Amino acid sequence: MATTTRARRPRGKLDLDPATVRRARSLARKVGRPIVRIAQQHTTVSVERATLRLAGLAGADAEGTPWVNRLVDVVRADVGLEHGVALPVWDALRRAEGGDLREVAAKASAGSVRFRLPEGQDAKRARTAAGRAVGSGIKRIDARRTERERLIRRIGDAPSKPWIYLIVATGDIYEDIPQAQAAAREGADIIAVIRSTGQSLLDFVPEGATREGFAGTYATQENFRLMRAALDETSKELGRYVRLTNYASGLCMPEIATLAGLERLDMMLNDSMYGILFRDINPIRTFVDQRFSRQVHARAGIIINTGEDNYLTTADAVDAAHTVTTSQLLNEYFAKEAGLEDWQLGLGHAFEIDPDIPDSFRLELAHAMLARDLFPDAPLKWMPPTRHMTGDVFRGYLLDGFFNLVGALTGQGILLVGMMTEAVVTPWLSDRDLALQNVRYVMNAAGNLHEDFRPEPDGFIADRARQVLGETIDLLDKIADEGSAGSGAPLLEAIADGTFGLMKRPADKGKGLEGVAEKARDYWNPATEILQGE
Amino acid sequence: MAMGTVVSTGSTGGAGGPIRPYGDTTGDGMVQLSFTLPIKHSKIAEGAAVQLANKMGMDPALVVHAKQMGEDYTFFVVYGRVNHLVDPRAVEVVERDYPLLSPQEANAAIKRTLRRRLVVVGGCIGTDAHTVGIDAILNIKGFAGEKGLEYYRELKVVNLGAQVSVPELVEAAQHEKADAVLVSQVVTQRDAHLLNTREMSAAFRESYPPHKRPLLIVGGPRFDETMAGDLGVDRVFTRGTTPGDVASYLVHRMTERKAG
Repeated sequence: MATTTRARRPRGKLDLDPATVRRARSLARKVGRPIVRIAQQHTTVSVERATLRLAGLAGADAEGTPWVNRLVDVVRADVGLEHGVALPVWDALRRAEGGDLREVAAKASAGSVRFRLPEGQDAKRARTAAGRAVGSGIKRIDARRTERERLIRRIGDAPSKPWIYLIVATGDIYEDIPQAQAAAREGADIIAVIRSTGQSLLDFVPEGATREGFAGTYATQENFRLMRAALDETSKELGRYVRLTNYASGLCMPEIATLAGLERLDMMLNDSMYGILFRDINPIRTFVDQRFSRQVHARAGIIINTGEDNYLTTADAVDAAHTVTTSQLLNEYFAKEAGLEDWQLGLGHAFEIDPDIPDSFRLELAHAMLARDLFPDAPLKWMPPTRHMTGDVFRGYLLDGFFNLVGALTGQGILLVGMMTEAVVTPWLSDRDLALQNVRYVMNAAGNLHEDFRPEPDGFIADRARQVLGETIDLLDKIADEGSAGSGAPLLEAIADGTFGLMKRPADKGKGLEGVAEKARDYWNPATEILQGE
Repeated sequence: MAMGTVVSTGSTGGAGGPIRPYGDTTGDGMVQLSFTLPIKHSKIAEGAAVQLANKMGMDPALVVHAKQMGEDYTFFVVYGRVNHLVDPRAVEVVERDYPLLSPQEANAAIKRTLRRRLVVVGGCIGTDAHTVGIDAILNIKGFAGEKGLEYYRELKVVNLGAQVSVPELVEAAQHEKADAVLVSQVVTQRDAHLLNTREMSAAFRESYPPHKRPLLIVGGPRFDETMAGDLGVDRVFTRGTTPGDVASYLVHRMTERKAG
């Protein structure tokens, strides 16, 4: 037996059984496919608003309500959402003669335009005009992607992996900018601007540069633009392209994804189930919005970051390890279905095992290695400890060091830098500096240790990884079985009865449900058409 | 204090009398401090760091580490001696004023006095999405090796989860005929935890006659235990609270209410 094992090249560090891996993926597909079907059968207010944003409708009225919200609301009241807003809007635009989208939106909110579903020649003309307008927005996204590639070629890329990911979160974009630039100079390859708490539950995207936020800064098109411009400047100064990250999650996923594409953001947080489980957003709304937003990310060349770390902030990191793997497999399926490629999948996981339990480091290593071996071509996003950061900053610094070591040993692509003052204060300048020294020390001292390190084939680490993969398959199996009784979408039922993160989220409840509509037979959306290459 | 972290170990010797920080010898008064000054690293910068430490009462103060960060900032670690005495007898804290019960004892006490299950409604109010605290107390999984309130047979727990609005909370409390309402607040930006708690307690005062109002309990890592009265709640729990603490408090107050 030993000779045959040595004869062939092992797959990854753990030498996982390929049949088992295939089975896990095919179960994820089985569970995911009915959800994609549901996503294809529905549209949402945010998908429609994103379509208008692609056609160039920006800005807000005097009360701060975005024009896209005004327009979609009136179109919906007149003809419903189920046909898509494109035809009624461009029909009205044609009839208004010479006006632009903003004028139509203003007139609509003043009640002086009535929308209809055009037919015959009118429909044909509206279709052409809408297709052209939305198409030019997508061309702009394409141009921004090309621009990114050119800048990386000309300026240079991040010098090594993992990319160092640092967060700014002042609430004020004009404070964020110097902080972000300072963080980049200190060594960050990626800057993430944390959003204001609660933005995910706003059913509109705020407008303009903002200076007021709770525990973060609002995601707005102008804030995106300002930050990207500032980081472009710093990138040139440093001779390496500094990537910018924000959040396409919550009720406005499709619109924020669109704005990110238009303003050349580089990575976006985008999880398939986070909004449902942790924000109580309606499951259908989430899956529809998520699919559209991922299609936009795919087109824009944006790397998504999924949110599996969140499971471990509420559930035990050992008992629930397989829910992370399950979610990674589902996120991978949904992402690929939406057109994202392996290099764009920053699948998430985290170092959250209670440091007081025996062998916690070996368990962390097993879990991280499993993710690496299951998704060899995905960048993977490795999240630092938060739950067991107690306020003892000295102990926390050591934990972060071990976290960095696991990251180095398992070739993580994106490393969120852990702060010893986690759970104490928002990071100080000195916290960030110390945290980066920690990362540098570990990478410098042990960055190539993976070359020498291979776990015992039947040792603790390999066994644990196989166990987690086995439990993942059991869970996916259990989910797949649930569907036989009910809606035909077993995943919705699993979410409804609390399989993930212990939260029960039925498909007919949750925030944003009123913004979902089942598509009519004649539904038409030029953006989806282009993005899906129809 | 706002600009630095003071870390020291107090001697517990001396039968409750005044004490000073302990490094490695009783009475040495040694403390450690770290902070950043907005200045390039130089001898002058180190002198400025010593000056700050002196002004804070450290004398002598020794800069053991100085490192420039970026162009204009330097990080310092300073060790030194303070002469201050602290008197534990003059410290005011909220001590637990009720007996700590095991889940079995808590269940038995509820059964004996209420003759029904005690209803607890909990959640995170406002925009706070951090359910870590409320889940640690309510979820059967619990915290620090203790099972959460869901584990108590005589407690009915309704966990509303994250981002519950105050009206939703009041409505749920009324609907469930809650004996107690538990609110967790982790986000403290701009004192959101205090504002939210006051809004919550005001809403309960408006919606209930005084003697019918459920017990209002708020918890989170950044609360001050002495603020209950100011916030309009019955009890504030802070860092390190376990489900057992909360359950024991509930039993104590409910049985007290019943007796009174």
